[in-house]
Amino acid sequence: MMGTTDKESLTTAQIIELIDLVKKIHGFDFSDYTKASFKRRLDRIMMLKKYNFYDLKHILVNNPDFFQEFLEEITVNVTEMFRDPAFYKALNNQVVPYLSTYQHIKIWCAGCSSGEEVYSLAILLNEEKLGKKSFIYGTDINTEVLKEARKGIYSLRKIKSYAENYLFTGLPGSITDHFTIMYDAAAIHSELKQNTLFSVHNLISDTIFNEFQMISCRNVFIYFETELQERILDLFYKSLCPLGYLCLGNKETIRSDFFRKKFKVINQKENIYQKIGS
Amino acid sequence: MALNSDIVKRWHNSKVLLIGGSAGSFKIIFRLVKSFPHNLNKTVIIVIHRKKNFFSEIEKLFAENSRMLLREISDKEVIEANAIYIAPANYHTLIERDGHFGLDVSDAVWYSKPSIDVTFESAADIFSSDCTAILLSGANQDGAEGLAMLRKSGALTIAQHPDDAEMAEMPKAAIKLNAAEQVLRTTEIFELLQT
Repeated sequence: MMGTTDKESLTTAQIIELIDLVKKIHGFDFSDYTKASFKRRLDRIMMLKKYNFYDLKHILVNNPDFFQEFLEEITVNVTEMFRDPAFYKALNNQVVPYLSTYQHIKIWCAGCSSGEEVYSLAILLNEEKLGKKSFIYGTDINTEVLKEARKGIYSLRKIKSYAENYLFTGLPGSITDHFTIMYDAAAIHSELKQNTLFSVHNLISDTIFNEFQMISCRNVFIYFETELQERILDLFYKSLCPLGYLCLGNKETIRSDFFRKKFKVINQKENIYQKIGS
Repeated sequence: MALNSDIVKRWHNSKVLLIGGSAGSFKIIFRLVKSFPHNLNKTVIIVIHRKKNFFSEIEKLFAENSRMLLREISDKEVIEANAIYIAPANYHTLIERDGHFGLDVSDAVWYSKPSIDVTFESAADIFSSDCTAILLSGANQDGAEGLAMLRKSGALTIAQHPDDAEMAEMPKAAIKLNAAEQVLRTTEIFELLQT
């Protein structure tokens, strides 16, 4: 929550050294992550753990167990159900009618964290009576958050905090209708969980694994440098069926001229795109 | 009157103006936006606490009343030299070394996203003494630490006088941290920015 003004802050050279080290020892490449945000995560780890730069280096080299914790702190796992309700509204009005024409709807939710967005999509499709013919793949680089996603159990307090989001999507009823509530836990209904699969996938190093009618990758690109974004746009383009949909976060636009020609804008404000060309 | 020639000179030399505010700051920020000439030739970055899902028309209202180019920040937006930028709701705004903005969805700081601290700390890293920063009215202490880091990096740091702030908590927190080099009355803030 807060630090002090004299907290230790890393220099650019130190950050590059850490990135190199993590790449060599653990095989994760953070070199194309946006620097300001990455630095903030590192500063935060050092503050929480009371490490200085040398402590952090030492433990990254000598304590393999620490890396999982490091990964969890570095990758931002803040997510919400129905984050940006206007996006879900747009999806329902502009994309779902087209998706419904497919016999099977395959959706890839890339960078799914603890699963809130996968289940938000599952709820939306279920409300549109498309749940049974839809399948949603949730992927993330972080194995620990995927365990949470698979469980589909959240604190009731958290679920209630999404009530306003849900209301603004215009979906019927309330968010708690989709959960079984026991004491202070809320478990997503099993019929919503049925057609989901969570697995590890690293957008930086892993490749195509299926063909999709829609890919949702929201608030992941903000952590990536432009060149890396383009490499991943290429992966998404190749993973989409012709006229498949790509959804980015509502502050993440496709800036590359090359890909602006390969994706048609469906909703400018919510950054919903459709694959065109071949 | 606190406006000595040294302060005026430092404001003139600033390439960037940072403005942070929360409850009770909207009116003064709106008046500031309205007052800037088309050739201010500075980058103005505004962080106001705002509620997510509250589809405010802040950008529209500000843009219609501004003589400068005004935009809500989106991912990798290039930072231009003569423009006003507003931090979007439900993201933190960071400054990247190569001259563009970065966004971040990590946890709220002081219950706020955007947090003024996050943007100010990032600006201290990148702009250091090239900027002037003003912390206005607000009901919590977000921004105080960031302002302190800006001061340490050589920026001209200003807190609105608590007696003039609708909510005094925010400038008070900055003053307590010794983050504000100058504590100015609202009229003095306008006077300085118009010189």
